[in-house]
Amino acid sequence: MEPLAILLAIPLAGGLALWVLGERDSAPEVNAAFSFATFAAAAWLTSEVVSVGPVMGLYEQFFVDPLNVFLVALTAFVGFTTSLFSRPYMRIERDKGRMTAARLRLYHSMYQVFMFTMLLALTTNNMGILWVAMEAATLATVLLVSVYRTAASLEAAWKYFILCGVGIAQALFGTILLYFAAERVLGAEGNALLWTHLALVKTELEPAIMSLAFVFLLVGYGTKVGLVPLHNWLPDAHAEGPTPISAVLSGLLLNVALYSVIRCKVLADGALETRFASNMMMAFGLLSVVVAAFFLSRQRDIKRMFAYSSIEHMGLMTFAFGMGGPIANFAGLLHMTVHSLVKSAIFFAVGHATQKAGTQVMEDIRGLLQVSPTIGWGLLIGTLAILGMPPFGVFASEFLILTTAMRDQPWATPILLLALGVAFAAVFKRVQPMVFGDTTHTPFTHQPALTPVFIHLGLGLMLGLYIPPYLAAWYAQAAKLLG
Amino acid sequence: MNPLSTQLVNLFASLLLLIAFGMLAQRRIVTLIHLFALQGLVLTASTVTVAYATGQGHLYWSAGITFVLKVVVLPYILHRLIRRLNVKWDIETLINIPTMMLVGILLVVFSFNLALPISEFSRSIARGTLGIALACVLMSFLMMITRSKAVPQVIGFLAMENGLFFAATSATYGMPMVVELGIALDVLVGMVILGVFLFQIREQFDSLDIHHLEKLKDE
Repeated sequence: MEPLAILLAIPLAGGLALWVLGERDSAPEVNAAFSFATFAAAAWLTSEVVSVGPVMGLYEQFFVDPLNVFLVALTAFVGFTTSLFSRPYMRIERDKGRMTAARLRLYHSMYQVFMFTMLLALTTNNMGILWVAMEAATLATVLLVSVYRTAASLEAAWKYFILCGVGIAQALFGTILLYFAAERVLGAEGNALLWTHLALVKTELEPAIMSLAFVFLLVGYGTKVGLVPLHNWLPDAHAEGPTPISAVLSGLLLNVALYSVIRCKVLADGALETRFASNMMMAFGLLSVVVAAFFLSRQRDIKRMFAYSSIEHMGLMTFAFGMGGPIANFAGLLHMTVHSLVKSAIFFAVGHATQKAGTQVMEDIRGLLQVSPTIGWGLLIGTLAILGMPPFGVFASEFLILTTAMRDQPWATPILLLALGVAFAAVFKRVQPMVFGDTTHTPFTHQPALTPVFIHLGLGLMLGLYIPPYLAAWYAQAAKLLG
Repeated sequence: MNPLSTQLVNLFASLLLLIAFGMLAQRRIVTLIHLFALQGLVLTASTVTVAYATGQGHLYWSAGITFVLKVVVLPYILHRLIRRLNVKWDIETLINIPTMMLVGILLVVFSFNLALPISEFSRSIARGTLGIALACVLMSFLMMITRSKAVPQVIGFLAMENGLFFAATSATYGMPMVVELGIALDVLVGMVILGVFLFQIREQFDSLDIHHLEKLKDE
């Protein structure tokens, strides 16, 4: 209980403290310190769950089991490294005059609030609070997307707000239907929305209500996952917001949204005893992979391109969880981990590359290796990793997903392979001239923070070559939980 | 549950639907806000009726929250907003109100069909209400799609939340208190952020016409 309370209290206190302190020179360091404390609390919680099993707290309102504890650890870790990256990045933005003191204050405070809402969404046991936390995560980031106050960023934020707001309203309707179904079994007390209670009686839930509830929940949370055709907000929000926000949106928020969908799927599967929920997820997942792959080649903005790549990968995970079974679930969880590590690393490198070139248009970014070998190699290695080149972790998880698809859903394999091939060609063609080639740009005023890039890529590499036994056991346990 | 309160809830449900149609056809922004406040009032009345008829004490609290939030606070913020943004007397040119009404009727038919198999399981008061709630949600959605000004879009967004709240009280006897409080907080914070946002949009574009916000596209 204690580590859980501390884990949630730190980012909340951080958000308040950074708001009260206001903008000052040390604010980025304070932000990083709070993020580090959150990460330490998450590590403590993880060790607790590993040694004594699932943790409950506050009248069963909070619940940490093998499935969410690894996402908590991942979220806190990426949150911490992103705060490290954001220190020099935001200083450069301030020097360029794009960030004023008031905006920086908002940025740092909301960064912590955003971390809080995601950790709350992950650890809550109450499906209603899950909804509240997901909505709050949107609210915390919407002003960050529009923080530059340019016409494009305002448009992106407006789209983000309205589309995600409408989407999440569908999820609320789904939650109401879920409660409606649960209340008939569990009675009308507060317990009827607790996931652990629902999971115990999932076979008794009324199938007619649950199938409709799942459709609404999938559409609602699927909007936040960025599933095609509900993905329109995602490329804009990623391209127009500050890059650290793109990194946490892609690396963390999409994961948390997918986590919500998976929790709902477990309940729907139990109630329906058909493959209805699985088929829905597979259809949405496959459509996202294919559409995103073909959109990749049409992008000119580098952050937009990697946003589409996120849609593609989220589609792949949704497809994997849709297939179900221990191996596909294992692969889906592994893919969640490596995607968020590698994609955030790419955004770190992209952030400095675009600051350097002063533009996000790919044709104008050239010769990164000459400007800064670390940025160039970071981007190149990250791109190869995200495209599924061995020996990185993405290769391992994609390989597992594809082989399971060959066995269980052979019809989908050629489609997936084609999409992955198209994505590879599209992205590599763009990145290669950006990394190599000539340039006339001058060096940086601030030392870029590239340690996070290589820590992430190193972890992604490690997960491709060797998954530590306790981690593998952990994934397997979580995969079993998903059925 | 006595027949009188069932009839009352049915009456409030049909009033909600009527207001939803009214919003769909209303051009004046200030009248839209009045309609929104009226919708909140009907919602409060129906929640109180359900609370009284079923003896669920916590529903009085959620009726109270609804009243404060949706009849007093949100309309007040909206009024202030349109006054400061100087759009109080704005009239939107809506194309084809009769067509919108017809689409609205189709949405109602669709919602009733969708809700029919589920309503049978409802132990609570009125069976038709789930269909009506869904219809209100979809019609607010339609309103958001068809409006070109930012403020009516925001009102559509809030009206959608009203429909969802009505679904929660009519299908089940309200959600657990902690969830309702959380939702109310989200709506309030969302409204404040939207307000900030509208000023930013106006500052940037000198207008609240969201046609300005259609530049970002994939080439």
